[in-house]
This record gives sequence, C-alpha cells and structure tokens, in this order.
Amino acid sequence: MATPVQPHPGQSSSGQSSSGQSSSGQSSSSGRTKPTSRVAMKPYRRGRRRSTVLTLLTALVAIYSLIPLIWLVINATKTQEGLLSSFGLWFDDGKFALWSNLRQTFSYDDGVFVRWLGNTVLYVVVGAGGATLLSTLAGYGLAKFNFPGRRAVFAVVIGAVAVPGTALAVPTFLMFSKMGLTNTPWSVIIPSLVSPFGLYLMWTFSAQAIPDEMLEAARMDGAGEFRTFFRISVPLLSPGIVTALLFNMVVTWNNYFLPLIMLKDPDWYPLTIGLNSWNEQAQTAGSEAVFNLVITGSLLTILPLLAAFLLLQRYWQSGLAAGSVKE
Amino acid sequence: MAEPIAATTVRRRSWAGWKFVGPFMGVFALVFLAPIAYSIYLSLFRNRLIGGNSFVGLDNYTQAIQDSVFWSGFGRVALFLVVQVPIMLFLALLVALAIDSGRLYGKAFFRVAIFLPYAVPAVVATLMWGFMYGTQFGLVGNINEALNITLPNPLGSGNLALASIGNIVTWEFVGYNMLIFYSALRVVPASLYESAEIDGAGPFRIITAIKLPAIRGALVIATIFSVIGSFQLFNEPAILRPLARNVLTTGYTPNMYAYSLSFSGQQYNYAATVAIIMGLITMVIAYVVQLRGTKEN
Repeated sequence: MATPVQPHPGQSSSGQSSSGQSSSGQSSSSGRTKPTSRVAMKPYRRGRRRSTVLTLLTALVAIYSLIPLIWLVINATKTQEGLLSSFGLWFDDGKFALWSNLRQTFSYDDGVFVRWLGNTVLYVVVGAGGATLLSTLAGYGLAKFNFPGRRAVFAVVIGAVAVPGTALAVPTFLMFSKMGLTNTPWSVIIPSLVSPFGLYLMWTFSAQAIPDEMLEAARMDGAGEFRTFFRISVPLLSPGIVTALLFNMVVTWNNYFLPLIMLKDPDWYPLTIGLNSWNEQAQTAGSEAVFNLVITGSLLTILPLLAAFLLLQRYWQSGLAAGSVKE
Repeated sequence: MAEPIAATTVRRRSWAGWKFVGPFMGVFALVFLAPIAYSIYLSLFRNRLIGGNSFVGLDNYTQAIQDSVFWSGFGRVALFLVVQVPIMLFLALLVALAIDSGRLYGKAFFRVAIFLPYAVPAVVATLMWGFMYGTQFGLVGNINEALNITLPNPLGSGNLALASIGNIVTWEFVGYNMLIFYSALRVVPASLYESAEIDGAGPFRIITAIKLPAIRGALVIATIFSVIGSFQLFNEPAILRPLARNVLTTGYTPNMYAYSLSFSGQQYNYAATVAIIMGLITMVIAYVVQLRGTKEN
C-alpha cells in the first residue's frame, strides 16, 4: 500500500516514539540529538559571510515568482482597450482605470462578483474552518490515545491520499446528485471538510507539542477528555492550528475542480469559477470581452490570502517547522 | 479515567480516542471511502441504450487498456512528470539551501516572496500566464513587437504547450516545495555542522553529507505529492483550453479525459474506469518512490 506521509524510519521523528508508531530505526540516525528544543530551530549563522552572488541568484527566482503578480497589479489599472494597446509590464499612459475597473467589477452583471465573493467566504469559513476542527480533533486523538482500530485509521487515511481527485470526483458527483446535494453549497462544503494533510500535520504536531504528563495530570484531577482538550491542549496546539487553517483556507479558496462539477447555477459559484466564466465569455459569440474585469477580479481574489499569509507569517512558519513536514 | 501511570508512553487502550477521531472518519467515509467503492462498482458495469445497466466484468478495463486517447494523455503527463517535477524540485531545493545557508541578504524577503505564488489560485495563475503568453497583446507579443522578431506561440504546438503548462505549475509550487525543504533543514541540529566544520568539511560537503540525508524524508514527500499532482493535471490545461482548442484537446490529460467522458459524454462507467486506472498507477509509483527514498539507512 502506498503510504506517502508515513514517518520514515531513521528520519528525525522526535516525539513520534511516544505516539506508539513504528519503533524500528528510531535510534539509527547517527546519534543525533532530538531536535525538540527551541535552540535546535535557530538557524545556524555564526560568523557567516554574506554572499552577493548567491543573493543575486536567489533574486532571479524571486523575480520569476513576483513578475506575474506585478503584471497583475499593473494591468488592473488598464481599460479593456488599454490592455490590448499598451506594454504589459508598464502602465497605460495617461489612463489610470483602477477605480473604474473596481467599480465595474463589483457592479457588472448585477453585482454577481459580490455574490461569488460571499459564496467563497461561506465555503472557506465552513469548509476550511470545519476541516481544521475535524483534523485537529482527529490528529490529537491519533497522537494521544490508544484505541482499537488506531492503526487501521492511519493506514486507510494515508492510502486514500494517493487516490487522484478525479477518481473521487465523478462518483462523488453521482452520489451527491442522488442525495439531491448537487448545485447546493453542501456539495462544495462537505468534501472540503476532510483534509488528510491537516490530519497529518495536527497528528505530528500534537505528538510533539503536548507532553503526556500534562494530560495525565489533568486526568488525575478528574477533568473530562474534551475539557482537557480545550483547556490544556488547544493553547499548546495553536501554531499548528493556525498553519492547518491557513493551508485549508488556500485549498478551499482556490478550489476549482470540485465546484466546477458540482455547481450549475452561477449564483452558487465561488470566485474561481466565476472569474473563469467571465474569461470564457470573450469566446462566446455576441458577448463582450471583459478582460479588464477578469484581471481586476483576479487581483481582488488573491489579496485576502496574500494578506493572511503575510500577516500570520510568524505562526505558520513556526507551525511548519515545529512538527509538520519535516519527517 | 485516572489510573496510576508508571511510564507516560504506555497508555491504556480504550475507546475514548474515537470521540476525537470519529467525526473526521465519518466525513472521510462519506467523501473518500464511499466514492472509491462506488467507482469500483461503476467500473464493472456498462449502461447501454438497450438492456440498461448491466454487469460487464472487466470489459471497461480491457477497453481502457486499448484506448489510444487514454494512453496518449497518460504519455503526456508521464513526460510532464519526468521533466517538470525534477526541475521544480531541484530549483526549490537550491533556494531552500541558499536561504538556509545564512549567506543571503534579506533572506526573510526571499522566503516569503518565493512562497507567495502558492497562495494564488490555479485559476488566477493560469489566467495571468495565459494573458502573458498571448502573441497578440501579451508579453510575448510585446517582446515580438519590441525586438521585431517572431517568438513561437507558447501554446502553438503540443510540446510547447506542455512546457508552458509546466512553467505555470513550476511557478505555483516552487515556493511551496522550497518551504517544505527549508522547514526540514531548520530542524537539523547546528552541532552537526559545527563538528563537520571542525573535521574540515566545506559547504558542499556539508550539503551532501549532512543536509541532504537529513531532509530525505521531506524530499520523498515532496516527490510523492508532485507525482500525484502531475498525474492529476487538469486545472491549467483546462483553463488554457479556450486559447488553444486544437492543441489542448479534451483528452489532453487522463483527468481531462475522465472529465469530458462523464460530463460531456455521460459515460460515467468508463470515466470511473479511467480514473481508477490512473489511481492505481499513481499509488504504485508513489509506493516505489517511497521504497527507493527510504531504502538505504
């Protein structure tokens, strides 16, 4: 069976040994100290000479990463005609149409963009929020409890990750259609509630961030399992939770394939599908091309996520480093 | 619940854990396990105009194995996999090593700037690149005009279009993979580097002897996710399709083929079969990558 995200024997799996996972090969990694301490996560930079050449080479990759975004910002200031007539990476002389583009984007087609934005927010809040809650609970359960079927849960979830989305999409569509769920928000929200990546992240994170002794102490005091979870564990898990939430938000906000097959009614479209339908409108005979609105709408679509990643940097970077994907 | 515990690692076996795992597994069963089972069921039947739904055994599979559209789509994503994935992962690894080396000016800026495209939806990424690829009024057109040359249309032929799609996917995921590698590098204990330096190891020796082995797990995971992503290629070619309908056909990738079979052709049974075959191939390759990646220890 394919097990893509199983902890690999011999890799640094600090904290894993206490979660009851494979005990083989844990100690074989050349006598490494357990990198659980904060000290180990500090980058090693004693007496380093900065290198201009290395910086310039890395800057090339950064330019490659940023150019399309710069292109997007510049072109959101152009009219439909300006897009066709002016140089792509510079502003259209004398015409700064950003404000009128924004106004048009929000008002075009009776303000359908606002509707799509609202749908996207709904799918993200319920879908990504729910996915984070479920995977936090389940990751914690896997890391901190010994229960019948625990290994089976792990095997089944990991095996299912390798199954391509389309293998699931068609049958899910047919099932949902029989249940009368297609063309409703539920058809997008329910599949978003499962995040194997979030489960894996929260599982490794729980195993490392919560000392068993604390849970035992709480149990001795007679606290119930859920009370212990919310009072003691959740605060310790918060960097992991923020990380899982951010990545779930990206997946849900950017979801294209699932809503594409589930939704027929433009009133339920998320932004991604809506934008693409505006773009394809240019190909339809008799419809006007609205590339300026596609571009301005694209800019509006990516801003919230870029802002979230920039503002929450401290959380997700430590969340990733502290336990997620280092196996 | 309280019981005297001698060793904290030994926990009593109880059903309490299911209270936490249960909700996840409930939804998981609904949206993962049930559709997989239903797919397998669908793939064993065929819907005929006369006779209705009937059991056909493995007929759909025999048909798929002889289906040249399926195999040409498969060949395309396989080519994509062997070219794009190594380029992307190598680039991501180089950047991660550069940032981790501590020798960059402004490394925090690079880390975030290169990661940002990951937060851009595939739809927006593809629309942007699609505009830029335009030979009429896109950047390619601008360059043609400025230099008075004629660059080939990035979506003009099969191989060029595949490379152009590869560029979009690379752009989207270089930073994500870089972050996976970088996160793994950060937890390598500094004491290892210090003792290596005392032993006289240079920076490249430290990379090959310490850093790369230490992050092998992350390399394997990133490779497996990229393999899965390549075989599932859909969004980018599907969104670019209006720009190049003759090149980006409905069977351009197996995923697009399955999509058009079910939603244009109503051939749900055959679409499920194609999807299952792709799923099996993906699982086998993911398994092989993992075996090879963790073999020597």
